[in-house]
Amino acid sequence: MSDAAVHHDHHDAHHPSGIMRWLTTTNHKDIGTMYLVFSLMMFFVGGAMAMVIRLELFQPGLQWVDPQFFNSMTTMHALVMIFGAVMPAWTGFANWMIPMMIGAPDMALPRLNNWSFWILPFAFTLLLTTLFLPGGAPAGGWTMYPPLVLQTGAAFPFLIFAVHFMGASSVAGAINIIATVFNLRAPGMTLMKLPLFVWTWIITAFLLIASIPVLAGAVTMLLTDKFFGTAFFSAAGGGDPVMFQHIFWFFGHPEVYILILPAFGIVSAIIPTFARKPLFGYSSMVYASASIAFLSFIVWAHHMFTVGMPLAGELFFMYATILIAVPTGVKVFNWVATMWQSSMTFETPMLFAISFVVLFTIGGFSGLMLGITPVDFQYHDTYFVVAHFHYVLVTGAVFALMAGTYFWLPKWTGHMYDETLGKLHFWLSTISVNVLFFPQHFLGLAGMPRRIPDYAVQFADWNMVSSIGGFVFGLSQLLFLAVIVKCARGGAKASDTVWEGARGLEWTLPSPPPYHSFSTPPAPASIDGGYR
Amino acid sequence: MLPGFANAAWDQLNLTRGVTPYSETVYDLHMMILWVCVAIGVGVFGAIFYSVLRFRKSNGAVAAQWHESTTVEVLWTVVPFIILVVMAVPATKALVMMEDVTKSDLTIKVTGYQWKWQYEYLGQDVAFFSTLGDASNKARQLGSGVNPEGVENYLLEVDNEIVLPVNKKIRFLTTAADVIHSWWVPALGWKRDAVPGYINESWATIKKEGIYRGQCTELCGKDHGFMPVVVRAVSEEEFQTWLAARKTATAGAAQAAPVAVADNK
Ligand SMILES: [Cu+2]
Repeated sequence: MSDAAVHHDHHDAHHPSGIMRWLTTTNHKDIGTMYLVFSLMMFFVGGAMAMVIRLELFQPGLQWVDPQFFNSMTTMHALVMIFGAVMPAWTGFANWMIPMMIGAPDMALPRLNNWSFWILPFAFTLLLTTLFLPGGAPAGGWTMYPPLVLQTGAAFPFLIFAVHFMGASSVAGAINIIATVFNLRAPGMTLMKLPLFVWTWIITAFLLIASIPVLAGAVTMLLTDKFFGTAFFSAAGGGDPVMFQHIFWFFGHPEVYILILPAFGIVSAIIPTFARKPLFGYSSMVYASASIAFLSFIVWAHHMFTVGMPLAGELFFMYATILIAVPTGVKVFNWVATMWQSSMTFETPMLFAISFVVLFTIGGFSGLMLGITPVDFQYHDTYFVVAHFHYVLVTGAVFALMAGTYFWLPKWTGHMYDETLGKLHFWLSTISVNVLFFPQHFLGLAGMPRRIPDYAVQFADWNMVSSIGGFVFGLSQLLFLAVIVKCARGGAKASDTVWEGARGLEWTLPSPPPYHSFSTPPAPASIDGGYR
Repeated sequence: MLPGFANAAWDQLNLTRGVTPYSETVYDLHMMILWVCVAIGVGVFGAIFYSVLRFRKSNGAVAAQWHESTTVEVLWTVVPFIILVVMAVPATKALVMMEDVTKSDLTIKVTGYQWKWQYEYLGQDVAFFSTLGDASNKARQLGSGVNPEGVENYLLEVDNEIVLPVNKKIRFLTTAADVIHSWWVPALGWKRDAVPGYINESWATIKKEGIYRGQCTELCGKDHGFMPVVVRAVSEEEFQTWLAARKTATAGAAQAAPVAVADNK
């Protein structure tokens, strides 16, 4: 081990520089950085599409874009945000943090790591060029339901292959993370001492491996239906359009937890740090994450209650769905119990983490409501659903990503970020995101369907409020970019520990950490599980 | 904006009670779950805000080091489970009620097309298409220059309403001819997807005369936002008169232009 470490340190000096460094790198930090930068770019691309949507919905009537382009925007916004922004961001965090958290020098499969990242730019070039193709970008919704998706023009094969590439990239990333955690843990780092971020990522990785191939199968069947005369999903040819929805959501529901589980891990690291108190119920957090993951495979049809199912099916999927509220509730209660009788300070990561707990819980409540089948017959495919999943994914997943960024940015760069700007970013984001999404609950309940470019005039006021919130939220993210750029370029020197209450192996390394994280394994005594 | 806002926005906050036994059941269920969520939210958020105010380092708070309590953990696993069971009971009853499509008085077949609805009164020889009203259609074109505020029932008006009798159990069969659509009138309390190759069953007994509006709720392409549903619920006598008149009209139209109907398919 130490021989190899010496060899690696020696290697530092002559890795290629310039663009070749990034093209050929097998270093977990370089790859992590590329994932995060890529994800940030996609966050702004997807955000720009959201701005087009909110601009057109600012007032009734069509002022800016035609309905087909509007549908392209909703479709592409979802694909870019899910597969381009949030998923690569989690893989970026995993790349940077998991080796440091488990006391490893690097990821277990470094060349696969390079490959899994470099597939992504190809995937998104394919996807984004469809904006310039005849017939425009895909407009059938990110859920790609046939028969509608088969009406896509020249963009159709681009869409299918882009999805295949994104899937291949995430599966490769997942395999790497599993291999790393199971093989490269430092001596003494037992499974029940793993930081929760590592735990939630392991569970996420298994979800990815189990669900992404299902998506790949579904879109391949779409491809052969379109070009090779099969009729998997065509009723006229003896196929079944509803079967696509079952297959898609068998992927799609675990996907929801792929997006949110690592967030649970990050928040479970941040709250104890700034509360200066150990995480409440570490083992119940692990078991709750695993139960959520298991349940995520048997609830898929709650996305399609209105498709017409037998009573027994509707009841089963309703019961299984609302059951998820139990382990999710355990997590929220554990975070609250961690804050109870603690000694808190409120730096930007903590502000985002607390905001996450409150706003994610609101998303959880609307999720519970949507899980009640008879009422879902009203809520389904309205803005109530849009409000729900944006509370879960924006104030959930994205807020956790921002919390994690502020939390580890000093470790990554060696500089403290600008706390004043960070707090300003937090307050602007938290206020505007609620102005943006909370009124959408009202719109949905009052009867506004989702995915429409224009609406009846009784929906005008809340749409205008929502759009104003959207513009402010969108602009506020430029501040996020400014904080990151400023911090990367310089700033006050960060200490190794960075935060007073920080615990865990990553904080025992210098800020910024050496090129190869743990060239020699950390002393077993330094592994106490810490605040996890 | 503000004076208008005060009028329009504040009565657009919640689900409609609707006009069918099912929609009322759904409304009650919705309110029950909402209040349960509000109660849990007050507890959880209250604890968070109390902690944030009380347990701050700047107040001199010293962190305790406890991090486990089997009793508490069992309690907050079991209590939510019980709450869920309590919610599931009325929800199950409502579902059973919705799925019972037997003993209907009238059956309507609803077929979704890109981008209009076809209504067939089964066994009555009455069938017609229902598309977005003219005034709305003109105003909704990109850059039309028409202010939607001046168009009556903008986007929620059709050329041919579906006319239904009150206090009769009406069975709806939903299907589609091209892509998937979804037929929704909030006042009836449900929506049901119209899927090519499938015939879905649902039902409604409308208790009050009136006009009820809704929309297609499954993305169905370019004009998904422009295929509304308008239901006119009338008394039994009025319905019979309307039906008789419609029969004559349909018979006349079918003789005059059988090709036109086929074209629409
Ligand atoms: Cu439609």
